[in-house]
Amino acid sequence: MSDAVIEIIRPAEKKIDGEEETPVVVARAVYEHPFIVRLCHWVNTVALFVMVGSGLQIFRAFPSFGAKIPQKDLLHWPRAFAIGGWLGGALQWHLTFMWIYMGTGVLYLGYQIFSGNYRQVLFMPRDIPGVWPMVKHYFFFGEKPLAREAYNPLQKHAYTTAIILGALSVLTGLAVWKPVQFSWLAWMMGGFHWARIWHFGVMWAILFFVLGHLVMVVLHGWNNFMSMLTGWKKDPEY
Amino acid sequence: MKNDNSDRKMDEKKFRRVNRRELLKLTPALVLGAFAIPGLQESLLKTGLGFSDWASARLFRRGHLATTFDDAEVAPFDKFPINGYDVDDPGVDLENWTLTVGGEVQTPGEYKLSQVQALPLVRQNTRHICVEGWDVIGRFGGARLSDFFKLVGADTTARFITVKCADDYYESLDMATALHPQTLLCYEMYDQPLTRAHGAPLRLQIPTKVGYKQAKYLTELKVTNVLDKVGYWEDQGYSWFYGL
Repeated sequence: MSDAVIEIIRPAEKKIDGEEETPVVVARAVYEHPFIVRLCHWVNTVALFVMVGSGLQIFRAFPSFGAKIPQKDLLHWPRAFAIGGWLGGALQWHLTFMWIYMGTGVLYLGYQIFSGNYRQVLFMPRDIPGVWPMVKHYFFFGEKPLAREAYNPLQKHAYTTAIILGALSVLTGLAVWKPVQFSWLAWMMGGFHWARIWHFGVMWAILFFVLGHLVMVVLHGWNNFMSMLTGWKKDPEY
Repeated sequence: MKNDNSDRKMDEKKFRRVNRRELLKLTPALVLGAFAIPGLQESLLKTGLGFSDWASARLFRRGHLATTFDDAEVAPFDKFPINGYDVDDPGVDLENWTLTVGGEVQTPGEYKLSQVQALPLVRQNTRHICVEGWDVIGRFGGARLSDFFKLVGADTTARFITVKCADDYYESLDMATALHPQTLLCYEMYDQPLTRAHGAPLRLQIPTKVGYKQAKYLTELKVTNVLDKVGYWEDQGYSWFYGL
């Protein structure tokens, strides 16, 4: 269903003399994004925004990864670009929206796996040969490879990485939140101290993805953007 | 791919209708906007925090111990931060200090430090984690709160412990955490009597809780089923359970 290209037609008008014109094909369209995927995408967008904003406010309480004595601050993040106003307020936002963030993650992954729709985004070994031509096209003015499906190999790579980063943000976050109950998680990351560093690093990796994602959305135009709202992409490249 | 489905056609008007319907299906996501409404925001966040506390209590395992560390991993005493909400030294009269014990206990009354010190001494190198995000490994010593409960005949089926402090700080604990084998009535740090700045003569030391739960300068301990006072920072909006 998701790859089914349809033709949008303007029905023939009946002429006065009774002759019918043939219907005109005005556009083609494809149903790319199932409802659950779109819902998770937009709810997660809000949740991610809140998690990053409140996370940075939490970071402001101790903007360092070293010792408390002496404290060497790593960076002074401005309050204006943070959510919650103070540490306690930010924790309320963070500990509330983490459930929404995780909820959309679980719903999304569950849907993708059970519906089989994961094939649309999952980067597989067969996608490897297609990566270099896409890199050449994006960064070195190479010829645009022929689009065959919703996502090209490089996109699949980016989205698969983003999903992994999302999972890592949750795992590192759990290690920071519950370093005793999830001591095995904290241990895997090198202890609580390192879990906090990983959590911070994963956030920046996600923000880097978001930046690239937004640039590509702007470059790909309106029809592509609307497809994440209605599911239907008008005039797909394939 | 291009012509596989050329037989599938859709009327222009129907396509617009289908698109509109698909867009409207996303409207439930707009309920998130409730978080932007000032009158609702506070109670929604309070509910979220409450849910996290509920989940935290479910995740807590009574027999699961916090990691302990070798002496070599312990931070030097002068690198162990001193954090209070008010003064570093509330001027406790250490000579005449007693702990007032009340509530659901068989022998309420005033308890001397020597009575706490007569209980088995537990020394542990554990990680102290502050809500701010810093952490430090320290060496602590004291009596298990659960041993003290036996001394005073506490009803361990009660739900909460509340404490009051010489600096007017106050805190409360769930019974499961209070009974945890690493939860101490701490009177030693680095094998020395607790200094005033670190909460002399007696403080809570709980490796399964964040720092602000581990009240210093204890003066009063109550076993209770009703929380009349929750905690100083909790009243400012922090999490109550905050188990690690």
